[in-house]
Amino acid sequence: MALPAHASIGERVWHYCYLVICGLIFLFLIAPILVIIPLSFNIEPYFTFTYKMITFDPEGYSLRWYDKILTFGMAAPEALRDGSWWRDTWENATWLHALKNSAIIGVASTLFATVLGTLAALGLSRPEMPFRRAVMALLISPMIVPLIITATGLFFFYSGAGLAHTFPGIIMAHAMLGIPFVIITVTATLSGFDHSLSRAASSLGATPVTVFRQVILPLILPGVISGALFAFVTSFDEVVVVLFVASYDQQTIPLQMWNGIREQISPTILAVATILVVISIALLSTIELLRRRSERLRGISPG
Amino acid sequence: MTAAEIHQPETGAMLTTADGAPLKEALARAMRRARFRAFLLVVPLLIFVLVTFAVPIAQMLYLSIHNPVFSDHMPRLTAYFEAHPDIDVPGEDGFAALALDLAASKKDRSAGRVGTRINYERPGSNSLFKSGARKAAKFKGPPYKEKLLKHRKDWADPHLWNVMKRAAQAHTLGFYAAALDLTYDKKGEITRVAPERRIYVMLFVRTFLLSALIAALCLLLGFPVAYLLANLPLRYSNLLMILVLLPFWTSLLVRTTSWITLLQSQGVLNDLMVATGMVGDDGRIQLMYNQAGTIIAMTHILLPFMILPLYSVMKTIPPSYMRAARSLGATPVTAFMKVYFPQTIPGIGAGCLLVFILAIGYYITPALVGGSTGELISNQIAFHMQSSLNWSLAAALGAILLFGVVLLYWLYDRLIGIDNMKFG
Repeated sequence: MALPAHASIGERVWHYCYLVICGLIFLFLIAPILVIIPLSFNIEPYFTFTYKMITFDPEGYSLRWYDKILTFGMAAPEALRDGSWWRDTWENATWLHALKNSAIIGVASTLFATVLGTLAALGLSRPEMPFRRAVMALLISPMIVPLIITATGLFFFYSGAGLAHTFPGIIMAHAMLGIPFVIITVTATLSGFDHSLSRAASSLGATPVTVFRQVILPLILPGVISGALFAFVTSFDEVVVVLFVASYDQQTIPLQMWNGIREQISPTILAVATILVVISIALLSTIELLRRRSERLRGISPG
Repeated sequence: MTAAEIHQPETGAMLTTADGAPLKEALARAMRRARFRAFLLVVPLLIFVLVTFAVPIAQMLYLSIHNPVFSDHMPRLTAYFEAHPDIDVPGEDGFAALALDLAASKKDRSAGRVGTRINYERPGSNSLFKSGARKAAKFKGPPYKEKLLKHRKDWADPHLWNVMKRAAQAHTLGFYAAALDLTYDKKGEITRVAPERRIYVMLFVRTFLLSALIAALCLLLGFPVAYLLANLPLRYSNLLMILVLLPFWTSLLVRTTSWITLLQSQGVLNDLMVATGMVGDDGRIQLMYNQAGTIIAMTHILLPFMILPLYSVMKTIPPSYMRAARSLGATPVTAFMKVYFPQTIPGIGAGCLLVFILAIGYYITPALVGGSTGELISNQIAFHMQSSLNWSLAAALGAILLFGVVLLYWLYDRLIGIDNMKFG
C-alpha cells in the first residue's frame, strides 16, 4: 500500500484521506464493543462516563456490578461470605443458573453438530456424492432462514411432540443451527485435502476406520475444531429459539440478557457483556492459532 | 492402432476383470457402491435436519392455510354451512345449530377460542361469543333464534354470519389475505382493509427498503476496509483483520447492548455531543427507539458479513493489472473504475446478497433498539406468536417472508454458490 515515489500531490492527499477513512471505519467496528468495558466498572448506575471516571479517580470505579452478577437472585445476599454464602450463590444466583444452562446446552449441541456435521462433510466432499448441490443447500439453509421462522416452526412442532420446555428439544434445535457452520468449515478444509494420502493408506492395508483416525482426522482436525467453536458460539449466542421453546428452567445467558434489557436495564448487563467480550477474544485467538496451524500443515505459509 | 481398436480388440471379446465380469459393469457397480457410501455418510445428518428443521417449517406452512378451531368446536353449525352454502342470515334451523354449539362450547370452555377466531375478522366478537355461550347454556329449548336475538341484536348481523361461514372452512387462504392487508367485505368479496389498519404491506416494504439501505451502507463502509486489508502485507492485514473478526465473534446481544449505551439520550454519544457543544443539553438527539437505531446497530452487526466476502475476492485480484493500466496512461480513477472495480463485482454481489438475506429476517436488534418506527416484519410475527396469539396469521406472515428468503438464497446459490461461503 506504500505510495510510489512518483505519486502526485493529489494522489498523496487522497491516500492519507483514505487511510483516515479506513481508521474511522475500524473505529466504528470496534469502539462500540470496547466502550462497554470501562463502563462496566462504573460505580454509579449510569450508562455513561461520569466526571470521576474521565479524571481516572479511583473512587469513580468499582466492581459492584460484577458482584451483582453473583448476588442477583440469591436467597440471602447480605449474609457473611462463607461456605454457605457461596453455596447459596451456586444454587440460586440467576446469572449462574443461566450460565449452567448455556454451558449444558452449548456443549451438548456442539458435540451433536460436530459429529453429524463432520460425517456429512466427509460424504459431501466426495466427488461421487449424488445430489450434492441440493443436499448441501438443504443442510446450509438453517443458517439462512430467519431465526424467527425457524423458532415459530419449532414452537408448533415441539408443542405437538412434547419437546417444548425440555433440554433435549433446545439441544436439538441448537445443534441444527450450528450444523451449517461445521459443514462449511470442514468441507473447506477437505477441499485442500490430498485424497491420494487416504488411498495410499488403504493400499498399505489400513481399514477405513484406521484411515479416518490415523490419516484424515489429524489433517482436518483444525477445521473440525473451528467448526465446533462456531457451533458453540451459535448456541451460546442464540436467543430467539430459546425465547419461543424454553421455560425458566432452560433460561440461558442471552435470554437473561434479553429479559434484563427489556425489563429494567442495569449496568449488571454491561458487566456480563464485558465477560462475554473477553470470552470471544479468547475464542477468536484460538481460531486464529488453529488457522495458522492448518495452513502450516497444508504447506501454505503466511507471508 | 487407432483408439477404436484399443477398445475393441481383434477377438471382439469384451474387456473383463480378473474374475471374468465385464469391466464396464464392474466399474458401474463400484461407482454405485461409492455413491452409496458417500450418501450413507450424509444420511444421519439429513434425517436430523429434516426432522428438526424441514418438518417444523412444513408444519408452520400448513398452519398458515389450516385453522380448524371453528370447525372443531362448532360442528353442528359447520355441518349446517355445508348443507346451506348460499344462505345469508339463516332461519330457526341455523340458529338452533349455533345455540347448541355455543352451549357445548360453554361446557368444554372453547367459547373464548372460537370468539377469538371470529374476532380476527370482526372486532367485538370475542365478548359476543363468551356471553352468548353463557346464555345459550341456559336455553331449555326452541325458539333459539328469538332467544339469541334477545341476548344481542348482533347475532343477526349478516357480516357475522359471513365471517363464521368462512371460518367454518378449516382450509383457508384468509390468513394470507390478512397478511397482505386484504379482507372479505360484508358481501364476502376481497377488498383492502381500512387505511388505518393497513400495516403488513407497509412493514414488508419497510423491511425490504431498510435491508437494502443497510446492505448499501455496509458496502459503502466495507469496500474501503476490504481493499485496505487485501492490499496490505499479510503481517499488518492479519492484525487489522482481528478488528473485523472480533465484532463477528461477539455476542449479538452484547453488541446490541453496546449500541443501547451509546445511543440512549443520556448515553455516551449524546453526552459527547453535549460536552463538545455540538448540541445543547436540551437538544439531545433521539438516536434510539426509531429507524436510526435499527439502521445504525444493524449496519454495525452485519458489516463483517460484507467485508469478508469482499476481502476474499479482492485478495485474488493481481495488483499488476492496475499497474498495467496506469502504465498505459490511465488516470488513477479510470484505472480503478475500468480495471479494478469490475473484478470486485462477484464479491460485491456475494456480500450484498448475504447482508440483505440476513437483514430481512432480523428480529432481536430491531426489537431492542428500533421502537415502533424501526420495527421489521419479524417483530410482527413475534407479536402474533406471543401476544395476540393469532398463530395462523404469524405463520402466513412467516411464509411470505420465507418465500422471499428462499428466492434470494436460490439466487445466491446460482450466482455465487454456497460452497464458496467462508468465515474468517
